[in-house]
Amino acid sequence: MTHILLRHRDIPDLNKFEVYKKNGGFAAFKKAVTKMQPTEVTDVVKNSGLRGRGGAGFPTGMKWSFIDNKNWPHYVVANADESEPGTFKDREIMEGNPFQFLEGLALASYAVGATAAYVYLRGEFWELAAFLDEKIAEMEEAGYLGDKLFGTGYSLKIFTHLGAGAYICGEETALLESLEGKRGQPRVRPPFPPSYGLYGKPTIINNVETFTNVPLILANGADWYKSMGTADSAGVKVFSLSGRVRKPGNYELPFGTTFRQLIYEHGGGIQEGRPVKAIMPAGASSSLIVVDDKVLDTPMDYATVRTLGADLGSASVIVLDDTVSLDWVINKTIHFFKHESCGKCTTCREGTFWMRNITDRIHSGNGSQGDVDLLLNVARQMQGKCLCALGEFSTMAVVTGIERFPQDFKKVVKA
Amino acid sequence: MSLEKTHPKEVKQILSKYPPEHKRSAVMPLLYLAQREEGYVNKAAMQDIAQMLEITETEVASIVGFYTLYHDEKAGKYRMQVCTDLPCALRGADEFMQNLCGNLGIKVGETTPDGVVTLEAVTCLAACDKAPMFQIQGPNGIKYHENMTVDRTMELVETLKKSDRGVK
Repeated sequence: MTHILLRHRDIPDLNKFEVYKKNGGFAAFKKAVTKMQPTEVTDVVKNSGLRGRGGAGFPTGMKWSFIDNKNWPHYVVANADESEPGTFKDREIMEGNPFQFLEGLALASYAVGATAAYVYLRGEFWELAAFLDEKIAEMEEAGYLGDKLFGTGYSLKIFTHLGAGAYICGEETALLESLEGKRGQPRVRPPFPPSYGLYGKPTIINNVETFTNVPLILANGADWYKSMGTADSAGVKVFSLSGRVRKPGNYELPFGTTFRQLIYEHGGGIQEGRPVKAIMPAGASSSLIVVDDKVLDTPMDYATVRTLGADLGSASVIVLDDTVSLDWVINKTIHFFKHESCGKCTTCREGTFWMRNITDRIHSGNGSQGDVDLLLNVARQMQGKCLCALGEFSTMAVVTGIERFPQDFKKVVKA
Repeated sequence: MSLEKTHPKEVKQILSKYPPEHKRSAVMPLLYLAQREEGYVNKAAMQDIAQMLEITETEVASIVGFYTLYHDEKAGKYRMQVCTDLPCALRGADEFMQNLCGNLGIKVGETTPDGVVTLEAVTCLAACDKAPMFQIQGPNGIKYHENMTVDRTMELVETLKKSDRGVK
């Protein structure tokens, strides 16, 4: 198929300015700035059915329309913090198709009247940030960024900003705190960023993949985009496939593709031809899905995955085969969340600490069934009481792992 | 010595990214700049940055403490940071790490006796399809090494050690 986001796989050297331009690049941005009202841009995005690709799936155009027009200046921020275990799509998009991402960011900025936009990259993307800086400079040079663009009154600058190793900064208000030069700890919400964001000003934050959809939506129209995917989830998604599959990697597919198609047709099936035991469709934050034939034939969109007792999230599909024990899996995920807890709210700070102690006891073979029950109890007690989604996410694999795979825990506890 | 004296061009460029009334935003890029030479941020550098941004030294130190890529203690010249999170572990990252420890003769968190490599276990680096993998944080920034074997990693370590001796 022809790619929409991973277009660099079809067009060689798409990350070079001239190549991107020759393939229709920047036409949508130029047309928007010279011939469209900002609200018209938002309307097209709204009508396309595009939903946020960072995990929450919030309708993108609706988010943009929430921008507070009584308070200025406005900012747009690209969330390029990509830190969810199992997610590695934004990096490929920015490396392979950087201009389409930056053009989408520019279109969003025009739509909400922002004259400065930031790309917040995780600190590990050090080389990528330098690469994006070059691309931004090329756009400035060619007159696609800077003052009074295309002879209009609209000006825009884009800046990169490197984080420094903190998963929590993928949470949008923690990201804003970090960008303001503070510790990356989430804010109490409401107010939400479209009314109170960067420096207290109205701010739109979207994921890299979300922005990258926008130029082609503007170029081809909302109906074109809606014709792909499902009624609930329009368009295409980059699925990051990892775990025990033969061919892990990014696969851009329409929403509604089944797990079986992703894992077997694209991912080449499971190593050694083993059966799939469980799937985590949203990375380490995911609930664990017990896999049978019916599950494998389930179409992946936001609403349908929910009927399996999980969320599609950022579509970071981690596949576990029958060699993997769930007590080990949750030991891994709990250690991750314990390490990444920002410490601001007691529930998450203390909860992940005690979950870590209990899971270590169980995993080392020194636990009892009572410890498994206690772990489940702690995780359930945390739910609904954390300041942000990170704390809630830390419990998902624990609760669903113990509830849906009790035999894996019976095997490791002392009688 | 102040960063404004030693790296005037870089400091100016960093500050230009943020509104002048919100120059505190520059604390993270300035810390990277301060860390570049010695691989960690010393007290004097924190004081210098605090003064430049008109915030307290404690506020700067709290940033150093919060984020894992800033360090306040000297370690090996190169920090080899191996991802051992779930997706990488499903592709052999734990065994890779164990073998690496054996070959380097150090435990996770330790530094080789010549002070060149510190071995660290870190959380997800967004390269889950290319495990085993690690990044090297060194004087010239951060570089990814993906689809690695222990043999190729040991060759890389030798190269780093040689180039280190060459510098001296």
